[in-house]
Amino acid sequence: MKFLRKKLDDIKRPFAKGEKWEKLAPAINAFDTFLFVPNHTTSRGSHIRDAVDLKRTMVTVIIALIPALIYGTYNTGYQYLIQTDSNFTFFDAFIHGSFKIIPMIAVSYIVGLTIEFAFAVYRGHEVNEGYLVTGMLIPMIMPVDIPLWMVGVSVAFAVIIAKEAFGGTGMNILNPALTARAFAFFAYPTYMSGNKVWVSEASMVDGISGETILGSLAAGQQIAYSTMDMFAGSIPGSIAETSTLWIIVGALILIITGVGSWRIMAGGVLGASIMAILFNLWGANSLMSFNWMNHLIVGGFAFGIVFMATDPVSAAQTQKGKWIYGILVGVFCIMIRVFNPAYPEGVMLAILLMNVFAPTIDHYVYNSNILKRKKRWELSRIKTT
Amino acid sequence: MSKDISFRKGADINLKGKAKNFINDKITSQSYALQPDDFFSLTPKLEIRENDYVSQGSPIFHDKKNPEIKFVSPVSGIISNIVRGPKRKIETIEIELNGNKKIVHDIPSNPDKKSIIELLTLSGCWPFIRQRPYNVIANPGDIPRYILISCFTSAPLDVDFDFILKNNHEDFQRGVQILNKLTKKSTILTVNSKSKNLFNNINDVDVVGVSGPHPSSNESVQIQKISPINMGDKVWVIRPEDVVNIGLFFKTGTYTAQRTVAVAGSCIKNPQYFRTKIGVKIDDLIKIAKLNKKRDIRFINGDVLSGSLTSQDGYIGFYNNLLSVIPEGNKYRMFGWLPFVDNDIPSLSKTSFSWLFRNKTFDIDTNLNGEERALVVTGEMEKVFPMDIYPMQLLKVCMTGDIEKMEAYGIYEVVPEDFGLIDYSCTSKIEAQEIISDAIELMIKEVG
Repeated sequence: MKFLRKKLDDIKRPFAKGEKWEKLAPAINAFDTFLFVPNHTTSRGSHIRDAVDLKRTMVTVIIALIPALIYGTYNTGYQYLIQTDSNFTFFDAFIHGSFKIIPMIAVSYIVGLTIEFAFAVYRGHEVNEGYLVTGMLIPMIMPVDIPLWMVGVSVAFAVIIAKEAFGGTGMNILNPALTARAFAFFAYPTYMSGNKVWVSEASMVDGISGETILGSLAAGQQIAYSTMDMFAGSIPGSIAETSTLWIIVGALILIITGVGSWRIMAGGVLGASIMAILFNLWGANSLMSFNWMNHLIVGGFAFGIVFMATDPVSAAQTQKGKWIYGILVGVFCIMIRVFNPAYPEGVMLAILLMNVFAPTIDHYVYNSNILKRKKRWELSRIKTT
Repeated sequence: MSKDISFRKGADINLKGKAKNFINDKITSQSYALQPDDFFSLTPKLEIRENDYVSQGSPIFHDKKNPEIKFVSPVSGIISNIVRGPKRKIETIEIELNGNKKIVHDIPSNPDKKSIIELLTLSGCWPFIRQRPYNVIANPGDIPRYILISCFTSAPLDVDFDFILKNNHEDFQRGVQILNKLTKKSTILTVNSKSKNLFNNINDVDVVGVSGPHPSSNESVQIQKISPINMGDKVWVIRPEDVVNIGLFFKTGTYTAQRTVAVAGSCIKNPQYFRTKIGVKIDDLIKIAKLNKKRDIRFINGDVLSGSLTSQDGYIGFYNNLLSVIPEGNKYRMFGWLPFVDNDIPSLSKTSFSWLFRNKTFDIDTNLNGEERALVVTGEMEKVFPMDIYPMQLLKVCMTGDIEKMEAYGIYEVVPEDFGLIDYSCTSKIEAQEIISDAIELMIKEVG
C-alpha cells in the first residue's frame, strides 16, 4: 500500500497548485480518491467526522441495484432464447444478456463521466460521485435493442441539459437518468415502444417479438403472463425493471442502510394502490380493471419508485414533503397508465412531473414553519405591549 | 418545578478517554492568558502594555463597543507577551505569574440591581453572561426574559458539573440569587433528568429536567422547548462554574476566575480534572496528565464537535471546562469509501456496521473521511437537530446571505455549536458551523 501511495504522489506532483497541469487536478484527484480516502483533516467546524461520505452513499445505491441488474441481464437472454432455442441454461441467458448490456453500461459511463470530468475541470471543483449511480441507471431503464449511439446521445443530453446546465450535482431539478430516458422516448419513439424493442434482436429478426404487459393492455390484447411471472420478472420490458422481487431486495438494502427514503417508497405504493383500487371499482377499460396488485408489479413502477423517485436531489426534501411527493408519484403513475393510451407506462412521466413540483411541495412545508414562527413573534409582541 | 423536557433527535458519540472523577488541585502553572477570540464578535481595546504589572482582577482590555465591560487578569503577574496576528489583531495576552496582589471590591450587604451590574462589569465577571440570540456577551442595559443555566453536558467527553461543583453549593446558590435580581422571572436550571444531583437542591430557581442524546445540553435546544426566542427577545445563558465565580465574587470581593478543566481524549494517559484558573497554559496540564503516544495530536478547547483548535503551547479558553486531545487523522485509507469497511470509525449512517456497537467507546481521529461535495443527501441533518427549524434550508439561506429569510428560518434561535453534529454527520462534509457563524456575524453587522 505504501508503495502504491508513493507512486500516486509522484504521479500527482505535476497537478499540484502552481504546477504545469494544475487545472486538470480534479481529474487526477478523482482517480486518487477512488483508491484512497484522502488524508485531509478537519480544519474548521467539528473536529471529528462521520465515516460516511458521498462515495460510500452512492456505492451503496449501486450495490442495491446489482440484484435487479443481474436478473435483468438474465432476463434479456431468457426473452430471446425462449423464442429461438428450447434448450438453454441460466448461464446461456446471462451471457447473451451480458453481450447486450455491458456495452450499454460502458457507453453510458464513458460518455457521462467524460462530460462530468470536463465540467469538473472547467468549474474547478472535484468530480461528484452522483454519476456513478446515474450512469448505471440509464442502461437499466432502456429497451434492450436501442442502438448504442442513442444511449450515448441520451446520456449527453441528460448530463448537460438536466444536470450541468443547472449547476451540476445537487442543483438539478429533474432526475438525470429519467431525463435521459424521456429524451430517448420522445426523440426516437420507434426504438422506445411497440412490440419490436423489448426483446433482444427483435428488431433484426422477424420471428421474434414481445410486447410489454402494459402495452398489450393499452392495445386491448389479452396478456399471457401469470402474476408470478410478473413478480419474478420473466416478462418483456426495459432491461432491469421487470423483476419486482429483486427490486424489493434492492429496496430493502436502501431502506436498511437509510440511503433511500422509505417515506417516498411507502407513499408511492400507497398512492398507486389507492388509485388502482379506485380504477378497479370504475373498470371502464382493460387497464382500469387490471387488478390493482398487478399494477404495482408490472411496468417500471417498482423500479421507478425505489430507485428514481428516491433520488434525494430531485425529490422533496422534507419529511412531510416526501410523503406527499411519494403519494402523488403513485397516483399520477396509475392515472397516466389508465387515461393515456399513448403512454402505457406512466411512472417515468409521473416522477418527472413530481420532480418539477417537489420544490413547491417543500416550499409549503417550509412556509408553515415560517408562519408558525411569525405568529409566535406576533403573540409575544401583543403580550409585551 | 417546571415540566421536564425530552429530546428524541440527536446522537451520543462515545469516545475513549473520559476524565476520571478526580480533581487535581495541586497544579501551579506559571503562565496564563486571555484570548479575545474566545468572545464572539468582540473588538478588544487594550488597557495595559507589555511588561506592565497586573493584579488579579486588573483590567486587561475592554470591549470597544461597551467600554464598561472589563476583561480582567485571572492572576497577578507581568504581561509577558502580546501576540498579534494578521492586521495586528490581538490573539493572546500572556501573563507570567508574579506576586499575589488582588483587587478587592466593596460588596454592599444587599446590593440592588444597579450596583450588581456595576460590580459585575467592573470586576470582570460580566463576560460570563452571554445572550441569545448570537451568543455574544450580554448587554448590561438589557433585561433578559429569563436566564438559563444548563447544568449538565451531553457532548462527547464533556465534564460532569455535578462532580466538579460538589463543594461549591453555597457559592452557586449565592450566584443564582445575584442573577435573579437581573431578570424578571426566576432563573431556570436545566439538569439531567436521569440523575438526582446537587442542582436539585438549589432554591429560588426553576429546575427543568432534560433527557435525550446530544445536543440536549445545548442552551439553544432547551430554550426552544422551554420558551422560544422571538424577534427582539433576549435570553441570557451562563455556565455553571461561572455562576460559582459570581457567587465567590460577591462573597470575597475578588475576581476568583476558578476553572475546573477536564483533560480528556484518547491521547491522554491519565485523563483527569484540574482545578486551576481561567486561561491556564495547556502544557502545564499535559505535563501531569501525560500524552500516551508519539503521534500527531490535536488539542481542542472544548468538545470535539464545537470546540476551537489550539495547541500544546496554547491556553485554556475563557469559557471552556474541557480540553479534548485526540489523534490527527492525516493518513490515507485504501478503499475506505467502500460501505461496511473500517467499522472502527463511528458512523451515524447505517452504511457502516459501527452502529451495532453503540456502547463501544471509539478512538476517533480528525480525518475528514471524505471530501466536501455538493449537498445531495436529505433528511440526515434533521435527524440530529432537535429543533423546530429546517437546518438545511437555514444553511442555504445563510449561504445566500438573505437576512429576511434567515430571520424567518430561525437564525435568532441557533448558535454555531448547535450545528456540531450536523458538521459531524453530513455526507457532503459541509462546514455548517462556519456558515452559521458567518451568518450571525452578518446579522450583528446589519441588524444588531
